[in-house]
Amino acid sequence: MIELEGLTKRFGAKTAVDNLSFQVRPGVVTGFLGPNGAGKSTTMRMMLDLDNPTSGTVRIDGKHYRDLPEPLKHIGALLDAKSMHGGRSAYNNLLCLAQSNRIPERRVAEVLDLVGLTPVARKKSKGFSLGMGQRLGIASALLGDPEILMFDEPVNGLDPEGIHWIRNLMKRLASEGRTIFVSSHLMSEMALTADHLIVIGQGRLLADLPMADFIHQNSRSYVRLRSPQQERLKDVLHEAGINAVSVPATGTLEIDGVGPERLGELAAQHQIVLHELSPQRASLEEAFMRMTADSVEYHAHAPGLPGAPAAPAPAPAPGMAGDNPARPADVPAWGAGFDATRKGGE
Amino acid sequence: MTVALPAVLNSEWTKIRTVSSTVWTLAIALIATVGFGAGFCALISSAFDSMPEIERATFDPTLMSFSGMQFGQLAMIVFGVLVVSTEYSTGMIRASLAAVPGRGSFLLGKLTVATALALLVGLTTSFVAFFVGQAILGEHGIGIGEENVLRAVIGAGVYMALLALFSMGVATMLRSSVASISILIPFFLIVSNLLSGFEVTRKYGQYLPDKAGSKIMQIVPDAMGRGETPYGPWGGLAIMLLWVAAAVLGGYFVLKNRDA
Repeated sequence: MIELEGLTKRFGAKTAVDNLSFQVRPGVVTGFLGPNGAGKSTTMRMMLDLDNPTSGTVRIDGKHYRDLPEPLKHIGALLDAKSMHGGRSAYNNLLCLAQSNRIPERRVAEVLDLVGLTPVARKKSKGFSLGMGQRLGIASALLGDPEILMFDEPVNGLDPEGIHWIRNLMKRLASEGRTIFVSSHLMSEMALTADHLIVIGQGRLLADLPMADFIHQNSRSYVRLRSPQQERLKDVLHEAGINAVSVPATGTLEIDGVGPERLGELAAQHQIVLHELSPQRASLEEAFMRMTADSVEYHAHAPGLPGAPAAPAPAPAPGMAGDNPARPADVPAWGAGFDATRKGGE
Repeated sequence: MTVALPAVLNSEWTKIRTVSSTVWTLAIALIATVGFGAGFCALISSAFDSMPEIERATFDPTLMSFSGMQFGQLAMIVFGVLVVSTEYSTGMIRASLAAVPGRGSFLLGKLTVATALALLVGLTTSFVAFFVGQAILGEHGIGIGEENVLRAVIGAGVYMALLALFSMGVATMLRSSVASISILIPFFLIVSNLLSGFEVTRKYGQYLPDKAGSKIMQIVPDAMGRGETPYGPWGGLAIMLLWVAAAVLGGYFVLKNRDA
């Protein structure tokens, strides 16, 4: 069990993690989802006491990380693939970590075997591919046979076979009753592995709910209609008591909760020409993008649009953030034009 | 302390013995000190009779046999820097601190193991350099049993270990191999010698860690053109210890307060 309470991290004027409170429960895979730069890695580093929070606390089984006796036996983490000394062999990299927590040496061979690195155990780790580095990092997380495991973007750099392997590994570890906390910026990946979902954007908690609920709430299905006689079609639908929403951008109508058969028959009855009649399903990825649209830090800027990103204002003294007189009130902290290219997709 | 110190020492010993930089930096420290020392001794030995009276009177054969240390110590500095900075350059620091979250235990373990190894190599170097140097100096040499000589030889080994420890402290503050080496090497190779080379600046230069610490290797107080100092061999060593303590404490505060 991991408990976060009001966890906040500021770097100068920028708030990377903003008053986060949530719990990560045992026995399930908890997905930690957010766009790039949302503060996922910073949060995870604070959980491991690598970064000092500006305020707030993290408790691991009720204790601060620093007070855990031999912490690798409680919590194992994969932060980034390249966090080993490249000049040292895979075996020795793991051995020195094991020794610091009095983990028996035979465990090193066991975890190397578990991640499939036994053939390269004595090779220097700088020659490893990203995927092999990722496996070595996972091996180091498993060293102390911990009850809590944290993986930061574990599928990065893995080939399809590796991705399949890590998904199954996480599910198996969760089924053994362990606490699994895994971050990703890909909704599709989370949908396949996570049982519970925590979404953050710009350091703030956006959602904390079971995966099933998220799917249920967000997989909206509707029918899209396009017709050269759109006004008449709208009248006909209205008369039939069907609510249609026009989407001016595409010149189409969207109808919720009525099947395509019924709509097609209605149009035929009134001899309305249809250019499109298609059932649609909003993907989870779209739902995630809608949810985080306001909090994506780095938007792609279309050329020619006003408000090229301004250089971030020089960091004001801590505590001065909201009321810096040098910055016009209507310019967001992270550059003018923040909203200029955002899709009006809500 | 949530992680036992013997376990941390064990882990740090594995770290230090399983990277090749440990072997080559320490080997160069030994070879350069002994080799250059032997060369300088051979030069002096052949030119001894043509040296001015005053230089012959203050000739310090013990110090002479350590004259290669000005080069050998540079390798010792690199050893000290790399022991710490590779944790940062490789990203290993995050794994290390996740395993040993107590910053004090981590630093104590790492510095203890590395300094002990540097001391072992330093003492080996100083004894070898001394005996090789004396053998070459022949009739102008000195025996290990003479007054203060053993102190100077052991002192030379301690000096090398302290210099390595000082470098570890600096590297813990700077967290970068490039920054640490590009500050320390020019400092000890150029700045320190320049400051001690001129009469005006010598009164400050003599308090630098290497100048003060190397006094312990000297038998004759004003040997070979080295000016008189307001401190003796032990005073010099104490000054060096203060520098080392400042560097290590500075490193500890940076490690404790900055994000890894």
